[in-house]
Amino acid sequence: MQFLNGITLLLIYQLVGEVTVRLLGIPIPGPVLGMVMLFITLMIRGAAPDSVEQASGALLSHLSLLFVPAGVGMMAHFHRIAEEWVPITLSLLLSTVITMVATALIMQATTRWLVKQPMTEEQSND
Amino acid sequence: MTDPGLKDIWVYLAASPLLGLTITLVAYGLAYRLYLKSHSNPLVNPVVTSVAMLIGLLLLTGTSYDDYFEGGQFVHFLLGPATVALAVPLYQQFSRLRQLWLPVTISLLSGVVIAAGSSIWLARFFGGSTEIQMSLAPKSATAPVAMGISEKIGGLPSLTAVLVVVTGITGAVLGTKLFELIRVRDDTAKGIAMGVAAHGIGTARAFQVSSQMGAFSGLAMALSAFATAVLVPWLVDWMQALF
Repeated sequence: MQFLNGITLLLIYQLVGEVTVRLLGIPIPGPVLGMVMLFITLMIRGAAPDSVEQASGALLSHLSLLFVPAGVGMMAHFHRIAEEWVPITLSLLLSTVITMVATALIMQATTRWLVKQPMTEEQSND
Repeated sequence: MTDPGLKDIWVYLAASPLLGLTITLVAYGLAYRLYLKSHSNPLVNPVVTSVAMLIGLLLLTGTSYDDYFEGGQFVHFLLGPATVALAVPLYQQFSRLRQLWLPVTISLLSGVVIAAGSSIWLARFFGGSTEIQMSLAPKSATAPVAMGISEKIGGLPSLTAVLVVVTGITGAVLGTKLFELIRVRDDTAKGIAMGVAAHGIGTARAFQVSSQMGAFSGLAMALSAFATAVLVPWLVDWMQALF
């Protein structure tokens, strides 16, 4: 029952997110707004209820499964991908590597410059 | 399949959601077991193996993607509630996040611009058509966001969905090795980079490294979805005017 309550709550936040986005014409997907609203609710409540923790843990522990049907969609685009495979492959691969390296280095550098006493995981008193 | 009885059963099953849903779960179950057997080697990423198995099976049996998606959509649908669910790890990491809000903001904004800008520029440099450039631009954002943006800027949303998944896999497979290479050891920095570049698939990989890296990757994925939706259409206009 806990799990069911949790899933229901997640769906309600998604639904409210979708409706709000459409009503106000915000260029952001409904689930993302739903996430922000749930985050604000948790902040106000000061704790995450067990039901929501259970449901979110279950969904997030196998997050990669949820991308499989979209990945299989590749077969519907074989033709297009085969036509322009050079720019697609090189752009995708290089851009992903560049983005990951640049973001990690920027995050590391700005943390050192801007945050006094960077906390390490070993420090338990934060 | 020469037996007409068997063929009839297959035709019936291929058009019902039961088959698509079941083979998705079975393929993922096998792929995940294989991944554990390989001692969590990122090259044996469960998304890669299960997508390969499923495409192989569909081609072999002559089943169309649309028929498969009748069942696959139930799994695909869960991306929505899973996005909402990211609020929970985010909330649990809030004290750490509050300390780091300024570096996180700077890294996120630069990461989003670099991801979209470099993919457009590289695709153009290697001779890709405008449609391909626009389909690639939002590839680092999570699937539903990326598809919406792709449609808005003149890409092919369904191709973008595929590119999003391939990008996520690339990030998940290469991520930990890359971070070792450039000597970034902080889980927060690794998490932010993973989430910005490789959205949910990267986040799934990050959770396997540590819950802190997972939470920051989830945070980066969620916030960069916002930032991508706002910045990328503007960036596209700007790049087209400039070059």
